Amino acid sequence: MSTNRVRVVVTGLGTTTPLGGDVASTWAALLDGRSGIRTLTEDWVDTVPAKFAGVAAVDPGEVLPRPEARRLDRYEQFALIAARQAWQDAGAPEVEPTRLGVVVGSGIGGINTILQAYDTYRDKGWNRLSPYTVPMLMPNGAAGWISIDLGAQAGTHAAVSACATGAESIGQAIEMIRSGRADVVVAGGSEAAIHPLNMASFAAMRAMSTRNDEPHRASRPFDKGRDGFVLGEGAGIVVLESEAHAKARGAKIYAVAAGVGITSDGHHISAPEPSGIGGKTAMLTAIADAGISAADVRHVNAHATSTPVGDEIEARAIREALPGSPLVTSTKSMTGHLLGGAGGIESVFTILALSERVVPATANLDDPADGLDVDIVRGEPRKLPDGQLAAINNSFGFGGHNVAVAFTTA
Amino acid sequence: MAVTEQEILAGLGKIVNEITGIPASEVTPEKSFVDDLDIDSLSMVEIAVAAQDEFGAEIPDDQLKHLKTVKDVINFIQN
Repeated sequence: MSTNRVRVVVTGLGTTTPLGGDVASTWAALLDGRSGIRTLTEDWVDTVPAKFAGVAAVDPGEVLPRPEARRLDRYEQFALIAARQAWQDAGAPEVEPTRLGVVVGSGIGGINTILQAYDTYRDKGWNRLSPYTVPMLMPNGAAGWISIDLGAQAGTHAAVSACATGAESIGQAIEMIRSGRADVVVAGGSEAAIHPLNMASFAAMRAMSTRNDEPHRASRPFDKGRDGFVLGEGAGIVVLESEAHAKARGAKIYAVAAGVGITSDGHHISAPEPSGIGGKTAMLTAIADAGISAADVRHVNAHATSTPVGDEIEARAIREALPGSPLVTSTKSMTGHLLGGAGGIESVFTILALSERVVPATANLDDPADGLDVDIVRGEPRKLPDGQLAAINNSFGFGGHNVAVAFTTA
Repeated sequence: MAVTEQEILAGLGKIVNEITGIPASEVTPEKSFVDDLDIDSLSMVEIAVAAQDEFGAEIPDDQLKHLKTVKDVINFIQN
């Protein structure tokens, strides 16, 4: 089914994460098994049950010029930094503006701006608000700023599907290139939600780990002792390009963005559907879309957030969908959960695992949950075999969103 | 005691630099904010609010659109 269709390849990667301010430092930390989670020191920390998070390793204010930083919400700052890295990594491709697109979303948007601006409005009045308040709070702001930075005119989109946002953005970008709307698309997700209201609201759902005495061991996907997710922040962005465009300019190709599968549970606003059929079908759809066989998939970067319910349902879905004994990992064990940024950074990690043929271990997996029956990488990173391989990044989100993106070796 | 033109110019230079990154030395009386300094309407609002804080002179919105050059703002504040 993939014959005569435009092939989409990955030519640039950019990240800023709790583990490092760029792709190289983040990837090195993942292979070392380091944790990006630390105790928070803000004065509000006493008001929330979870007192730790994955704060960005490099503050965006140190990267961006101050006049630029002050008109961007923190989630927009992360997105712009990662997009510029990805664009440079791709060799700053020459492309007609009308053939260049952007798909970059956020799960929550400019929440820090919304709350700070409300305080300003209430205490000082409307005319003390920054005139940039609206562009800072809107969830398509990051996509808009990136399109301005690159002069992209083929269309700018912002997927919003909670924790599936980054992966859905990459899926939309693949479709945008296949459909002929663009030759090059900058795609991914970003989040900056380490604010007491978010920490309190997720705590109200009883969704967050409260392992306050051991923050670096709190994110423990698939482990019996897991007690919730750990919030992280940052962005992951990729440059996708039609293979013909990439080859014509002699671009370095990391991997093929081969297929995408999207389903929805239609079941519950936050709890995963118990059989895992939505995630399983997303993976099988991505495989069919990529024109590969399920046994070709040798690695899965799992969504696995370290919540008691979700990890086991996903493990079952992987087992049922993928007969090739893929090496499974959850890098959230080290980065925390970047919500809308998760699918962005985890697609970057999936692509690097394929191109470097090594899978980072899941940290803190001391005592695997019973009956997982999937090959989860523990302790040390493991090598992927030579030859043509495929890998899948799973991202699932509140609202019942299930997205699987399939990549294959270049 | 009224502030001098030089003091206002120096203050505006600092404000424009803080908001836009344009070097303060480029903020000279004859420059147009839009045509010469490439400052957009949103940034002009920020500059006007900051100038009100700095010099205590209220700049109403209907006046702001008439303040084209740095000299216009200096004159408005002095009067």
